[in-house]
Amino acid sequence: MKPKFITALLTLVLLTNAALAQVVLRMTWYDDGQEGVVMRELLDRFEATNPDIAIIMDTVPFAAGILQSLPLQLAAGQGPDLARIVDLGGLSQYLLDLRPHLSDPDYWEANFGPFLDWMRPEGSNAIPGFMTQLTVSAPFINRTLFDQAGIAVPEGPTTWEEWAEVAQQVAEATGTPHAMVMDRSGHRLAGPAISQGAAFFDAEGHPKLDDEGMRAMLQLMIDWHADGLMNPDVWIGAAGQYVAGNLPFINAQVVLYMSGSWQVGQFTNLIGDAFDWEVVPNPCGPAACTGMPGGAGLVGIAATRHPAEVARVMEFLVQEEVLAEFYGRTLFIPGHLGLAEAGIDFQTDLESAKQALNVFASQVPLIHPTAYALQGYRFNRVIFDNLRDRLTQVFVGELTLDQALERMQADIDEQIREAGQ
Amino acid sequence: MSILATLPGKLAQGVYVLLMNICGLVMEPLQRLIGVRRMPYLFLLPNLLIFGIFILFPMALNLYFATTSGTALFPQDRPFVGTENFERLYACQDFFNPATCQEDRFWRAVHNTIVFIAFQLAGMILIALTTALVLNRKIVARGFFRSVYFYPVLLSPVVVALIWKWILQRDGLLNALLVGLGLEPVQFLLSGTWAMAWIIIISIWAEMGFYTLILLAGLQSIPAELYDAGAVDGTNGAQRFRHITMPLLMPTMMVVLVLALIRSVQQFDKVFVLTGGGPGTATFLLVQYIYSTGFATQIPRFGMAAAASVTLGAVLLIATIIQLRLGRSSERHLA
Repeated sequence: MKPKFITALLTLVLLTNAALAQVVLRMTWYDDGQEGVVMRELLDRFEATNPDIAIIMDTVPFAAGILQSLPLQLAAGQGPDLARIVDLGGLSQYLLDLRPHLSDPDYWEANFGPFLDWMRPEGSNAIPGFMTQLTVSAPFINRTLFDQAGIAVPEGPTTWEEWAEVAQQVAEATGTPHAMVMDRSGHRLAGPAISQGAAFFDAEGHPKLDDEGMRAMLQLMIDWHADGLMNPDVWIGAAGQYVAGNLPFINAQVVLYMSGSWQVGQFTNLIGDAFDWEVVPNPCGPAACTGMPGGAGLVGIAATRHPAEVARVMEFLVQEEVLAEFYGRTLFIPGHLGLAEAGIDFQTDLESAKQALNVFASQVPLIHPTAYALQGYRFNRVIFDNLRDRLTQVFVGELTLDQALERMQADIDEQIREAGQ
Repeated sequence: MSILATLPGKLAQGVYVLLMNICGLVMEPLQRLIGVRRMPYLFLLPNLLIFGIFILFPMALNLYFATTSGTALFPQDRPFVGTENFERLYACQDFFNPATCQEDRFWRAVHNTIVFIAFQLAGMILIALTTALVLNRKIVARGFFRSVYFYPVLLSPVVVALIWKWILQRDGLLNALLVGLGLEPVQFLLSGTWAMAWIIIISIWAEMGFYTLILLAGLQSIPAELYDAGAVDGTNGAQRFRHITMPLLMPTMMVVLVLALIRSVQQFDKVFVLTGGGPGTATFLLVQYIYSTGFATQIPRFGMAAAASVTLGAVLLIATIIQLRLGRSSERHLA
């Protein structure tokens, strides 16, 4: 009995010590598709070889969890150890500089350099994290509806007005309730607005919305909603928040859906080959044929009590073979320059998904400099959110376009003033 | 045989005596120290501490935030701006036209909240009172109906909003029914007037059970002899309702009014899930203004949200005092 008792006691002591020695990291995450599953598998692999670190993934809703709660947690000096975020510039002050803990910061600079500028405070050389995906906005179409209508899909440079017209013809011919839908997001609207000539900034780099290009795009949106071309549930049926327009598209209730590359994984799973869906190049305006760049980054949080362990997890995740697997399985456009150059083996047999990824890749060189400037602007969400909400007030008749533009500018100026900038 | 004479009874008594003696070890010296007259305050202290920490301190903090600006979360990091937030909030050329106000969304929320309260409160009291009067009669399956009317109160506001969203959305159940009947579908949640009407109806549906229960308790506390005496005096039902039921129900009615008013002003959850405050700002209520200004923007304006919250608190306080005064005067009149 005695040796058995001593063995059991020793085992208990060892297990307790191991548990006490283990560092638990919390990672706040959100899902566009199934990337959380892929990330969890990669983390399991990390934990298997690093038993002193455990990572708990807290998957939260995008709008309520990532856009609203997380910034408040960070401002209060709380929050997770790692987080997947999209407001890279806005949260840069709360992000951990991994550089002192990295074995090879040059690898990070070489492969993530341009994107690190999006997430580091101005003038800093901090390395806060890496991009889990780069995104480009562009329209998806339901090709099956075009085929059923016997209408050819426009090719070559096509304007937004032409797309709206042809989408309406397809909708009418096929009995589809609406021709178009766009995510309820200022970011999604920004690409078409820049194509129409919107400059977004004045000569001093301060946000300025009222110009001919912006007016032209907003007028198109107003007309499309008034004429019933646009699905009203997404913009008019909501207020004060982002709403995705993916459900009407998944359910074949619209012909054209203005969104972005992050939908590919989800559509591959949810639509599959139920109908032929594809991505078309961004429609043109007088100034450009651009979408908006963007993306999400996995970053360390400065308030963590375990910066070295956070850096170890990050170093594991950014290894080329690990990231290649992540991008390949999630169907995300890589945010790693080396992998982007070498090409990703996207793990799908679905023709629609392959076509979509190719078209999104082809849109990157067409991104207008204003779109990059807007994406890199620290307070871009202030612009996007006010644009979205004030425009909706025009749709329902609460404001005229002139009043809305005046209000947008006043709201943006006031909020930036509040931030002490 | 007394229960204390049994073994478990004796044990329980022993434990009780032991506990009281332990309490006595602490309380007796304390009583000698502070005097017997101050002892009640000692017993109130735990509750007062909780009230102070979770109610009074946040209220004071909110008041301080209302006089500061900036995006910093901690009070010591926030610059003091005095009444600047209030001045901005009340800067308006015409209070009846939100478009002329500097913070137009605040005034749109004020207008919407007033409309919401007026219709919701009136509808709620009327329907809850009628239901309570019916349920107070000896009707068939009275217990069942009492449960049925109370059931929505037990539902989470988010569940209530989601259920109604499925019913009211463009391709929802109600429109399917209308189309089935050969009628045109109605954009219930895409029209400002309809959306406001529905959030009033839904909040009445979801909350009236609670107030019905309180009013029912009030009705049951009215002595039956008064009605008998009224009948002997030859009064009809309407006269009995006016001269017996209503005066005696008034104190309960005041409680219901105050509670319903406060709840009505606090409306957020159901509306946020159902309409998000839209279409446009048609159902954008005051609490949502506070939430969206302070928490749902990239650059939170805590000062402005706190100023709106102080304003809301002050209005609620005044309304409650007026209601209580009216209640007391009607009680005095009755006496």
